[in-house]
Amino acid sequence: MHGLKKSLIISAWFMFLTFPLMVIRVNTIYKTIEWRWMNLLWVGLGAFILSFVWRYLLQRRELGRAKKGSDQTASLPLAKRLAGHRHFRVAALAILATVAVVFPLVFSTYQTNIMTSTMLYVVLGLGLNIVVGLAGLLDLGYVAFYAVGAYAYALLNYHFGLGFWTVLPVGALLGALFGLMLGFPVLRLRGDYLAIVTLGFGSIIRLVLENWNEFSKGPSGISNIARPGFFGMNFTVSESVTYLYYIMLGLVLVTILVVNRLKESRIGRAWMALREDEIACQAMGIDKMKTKLLAFALGATWAGIAGVVFAAKTTFINPASFTFLESAFILSIVVLGGMGSILGVILGAFILILLPEYMRAFSEYRMLLFGAIMVLVMVFRPQGLVKFQRRHYEVKETGESEGERPAIKEAGEQA
Amino acid sequence: MEFFWEYFFGGLTRGSIYALIALGYTMVYGIIELINFAHGEIYMIGAFTGLIVAGVLGVLGFPGLAILAIALVAAVIWAGAYGYTVEKIAYRPLRNAPRLSPLISAIGMSIFLQNYVLLAQTSDFLPFPRLIPNFGFMEPYSMVMGSSDFVIVAVSALVMVGLTLFIKYTRLGKAMRATAQNRKMAQLVGVNVDRVISATFIIGSTLAAIGGVLIASHIGQINFFIGFIAGIKAFSAAVLGGIGSIPGAVLGGLILGWTESFATGYISSDYEDVFAFALLVIILIFRPSGLLGKPPTQKV
Amino acid sequence: MKRVFSMLILACVGLIALAGCGNEPTKEEAKTEAAPEAAPAGGSIVLGVAGAHSGDLASYGLPSVNAAKLVAKMYNDKGGVLGRQVVIQAEDEQCKPELATNVATKLVSDKVTIVMGHICSGATKAAMPIYRDAKLICMSPSATNPPLTQSGDYPNFFRTIASDDAQAKMGVDYAIQTLGAKKIAVLHDKGDYGKGYAEFAKSFIEQGGQAQVVLFEGVTPGAVDYSAVVNKVRQSGADAVIFGGYHPEASKIVSQMRKKQMKTPFLSDDGVKDDTFIKVAGADAEGVYASGPRDISSNPIYQQAIEQHKAAFGSEPGAFFPEAYSASLALLNAIEKAGSTEYDAVIKALRSEYVETPVGKISFDEKGDAIGVGFSMYQVQDGKFVELK
Repeated sequence: MHGLKKSLIISAWFMFLTFPLMVIRVNTIYKTIEWRWMNLLWVGLGAFILSFVWRYLLQRRELGRAKKGSDQTASLPLAKRLAGHRHFRVAALAILATVAVVFPLVFSTYQTNIMTSTMLYVVLGLGLNIVVGLAGLLDLGYVAFYAVGAYAYALLNYHFGLGFWTVLPVGALLGALFGLMLGFPVLRLRGDYLAIVTLGFGSIIRLVLENWNEFSKGPSGISNIARPGFFGMNFTVSESVTYLYYIMLGLVLVTILVVNRLKESRIGRAWMALREDEIACQAMGIDKMKTKLLAFALGATWAGIAGVVFAAKTTFINPASFTFLESAFILSIVVLGGMGSILGVILGAFILILLPEYMRAFSEYRMLLFGAIMVLVMVFRPQGLVKFQRRHYEVKETGESEGERPAIKEAGEQA
Repeated sequence: MEFFWEYFFGGLTRGSIYALIALGYTMVYGIIELINFAHGEIYMIGAFTGLIVAGVLGVLGFPGLAILAIALVAAVIWAGAYGYTVEKIAYRPLRNAPRLSPLISAIGMSIFLQNYVLLAQTSDFLPFPRLIPNFGFMEPYSMVMGSSDFVIVAVSALVMVGLTLFIKYTRLGKAMRATAQNRKMAQLVGVNVDRVISATFIIGSTLAAIGGVLIASHIGQINFFIGFIAGIKAFSAAVLGGIGSIPGAVLGGLILGWTESFATGYISSDYEDVFAFALLVIILIFRPSGLLGKPPTQKV
Repeated sequence: MKRVFSMLILACVGLIALAGCGNEPTKEEAKTEAAPEAAPAGGSIVLGVAGAHSGDLASYGLPSVNAAKLVAKMYNDKGGVLGRQVVIQAEDEQCKPELATNVATKLVSDKVTIVMGHICSGATKAAMPIYRDAKLICMSPSATNPPLTQSGDYPNFFRTIASDDAQAKMGVDYAIQTLGAKKIAVLHDKGDYGKGYAEFAKSFIEQGGQAQVVLFEGVTPGAVDYSAVVNKVRQSGADAVIFGGYHPEASKIVSQMRKKQMKTPFLSDDGVKDDTFIKVAGADAEGVYASGPRDISSNPIYQQAIEQHKAAFGSEPGAFFPEAYSASLALLNAIEKAGSTEYDAVIKALRSEYVETPVGKISFDEKGDAIGVGFSMYQVQDGKFVELK
């Protein structure tokens, strides 16, 4: 009964809230007013029903939180428990590898192309994850390094005819260099001050590309960028799409391995320490400056690489591809997936790229739903879809019947 | 130097616009340390509500000044309501979440609100009626400063003074300061923190709505996307002045406005944003907490 | 390593799930687009239609789909082209270059016969190399960027709309010859289209030698006001302003110019020749010049196309509808005249055969620009764009 009353109030509130925008449409030129009362009814009904769902979900979230302390194993998701089994793991890996390898052979060029884009964002997400997820430095201008990589390839290819494989390391290096360039001046800044400066840096790079025609050909961009070659072989379009897919697949694998190694390394631990507490971290003898610069440089490296691939993939680039919204999008991949977690970032990229692509059916409501989903995921899973599991060791008390588990096991802990 | 005053007053208007929006940013940030990306959208919704109400009243044949007053009041009411609702849905459940989660939630909210207005109204640019009349006493100065410029500058000055007094002397203002300093301690001494945060959002949204109606009337057009750029610029202004500081937001807005205006006038408008952001970077390098911001106390 | 494994496993599950759903939308598309699966190579002629069919630029792209459907229906009612039915396959790229390459590869891999699109110049530039390599002819109703034809890079590209430099030439000539301007301020919106137009205008003024460019600057789209730029125009002493860009910026600049009591003539491109400009700028719009496609409302084929649209979709057609209708007609006509869908034959037919279309009797030159399509100068008079003869 109480819930009903509450929902009625909420429904009335939303009807009030949306009244001017949803109901009235006024044309000041022809002096006509259109009243759309039906919309009010829909809003009222919708709010009434959704408020129940909302309350139910919030309650469940609270319950889940309370339960977590008491028993840990039961709350582990099914996939994770399955992942614990060795046989399953091997089988699943084999399936994954097979699917990944045969994907372009089974599906159309279009599907392959989309999958390549998705993997591009996986690499971008993993790169940004170093800066934001591991080192805790909020970077809103990440797309600048992506642009650096893309323009490096486009310009070197245009002026000197350099090939994809030559420029790939150059792009990575340039990315790192720009990362350092941004890193130096902002070393002293913290939190959101850092955010706005990186945002500014991103805009400056884009504006320069837009205005400096002699250098970058301005807003009309650079077209006819060469696709990657393979020992001078000529590819048809669909072949080269497939080829790029495999290049990207390899890059994703390399990225995952490197980032994973980095995470567990000395420098990775230093990043996480920096993220948790700068002063304590310095007190432990970690060189703050070196650590931060490394985070910026390494993060930017991946963006540079991804940029080169992007230019090779679209064969045309212009500054409009490197706006702040793109940065926000990559950041969303990281946070939505779960900051710091590699798997999370991968999932985030798949969801955020494929969702709009396959939500075409909803056409005009697509972006509305996209925004709503971002809010909902954050509200109901604030740590992201996959919670970052920090490796730690815990000594098990003896006496517990633990067949397959070793006495010392890895356990997850909230980061 | 012939055109110096033109650029000066042009920058003053632009800066005041940034300042009006930046005040909301800075208040919210000061109290819950959240970059409220949806603030620009509240500004846009305020302007839209103003347009709709003014349009209806115009069709019904109300006199000019009455339209302005009623449209302003309506915009303020609804923008406040939106601010309150957005906080309750997208930020309150995330009070204890990791620091970046509310930020993403805010970006999502911003995308949602933009598309909501796009679907509920239109994607086209709409003409906004010029609600601010031409004052006779501004006539001699119309080349350097029009009536609407004057109103915008005056309103943002008034708002800043009013807000400063409000925060300094009222009960709610004191509660806000207490909450900003230490939320837990404020709770312990009997401040209803949830209510204070809601009030902050409502006040911030209200200011954005006033700004929205005045600015839209000054420029003469709106669409669903105007909140985005205004929001980013205002955010920069807030950071420049020292986020969390009310005079800082105004100072930051003005400096940003003047930089852009003079850079356009004496160098080139091609790079006006580059100059604005470069200045921001330089100031922050030398004063990492903004011009009037207090350096954060670092705790171990 | 354990962690990596479990991650990969989850990623795997996700991938499979997504790959699974990946198939459905294509099936759905197929349903709506009148079954292009029906063996395109032999049976039917597939006209690919690419452009922005969703997103903020959808209003520019969707009319082209309708146009293609109408033309296809017209041919099919007459028994098809070369006795084969015409089928439409529409693909959406939201005017984004990266999506345009996706769409282009899709059209190529689906083996469509010929393509009508894309809508935006940037997306077209991204897609063209893919079509070129696949020997697929592409005709755009709206991509006006000059290098698309003038660079000679894309022998397979055609368009039914005049390129930006033609417009810029017209604007400059009008400002100098008719309005007698000696000092011209050239502004643009830093975008692909606007800046391209402005650069052509600048070079035409400089080549002509009768007037000089006193100011060449870009304004930031979406900026809160343009008073500084307007002051600068005043300072430069320009007696005409040429602006490259779209109507929201144009109306802001014009309003602020009039506010400062500047009566300087304002000339612009067809991004401004839009009724929304007059609505938004209101009284300030009076006297503004804008170039745009020649008024074709008296052309009987145009009227017939509009009637068809009203009958089929119950509404007035949108932007670039006549151009898209003309492009579809020109493409199918060329196939018919060539007697085959073979690349070289169709290109030859496009270049040699004239065809009656809503935008006039057109053919195509060596570069791919339409012969017979023209621009006119319009002026806002009493709240309407009036064609100046």
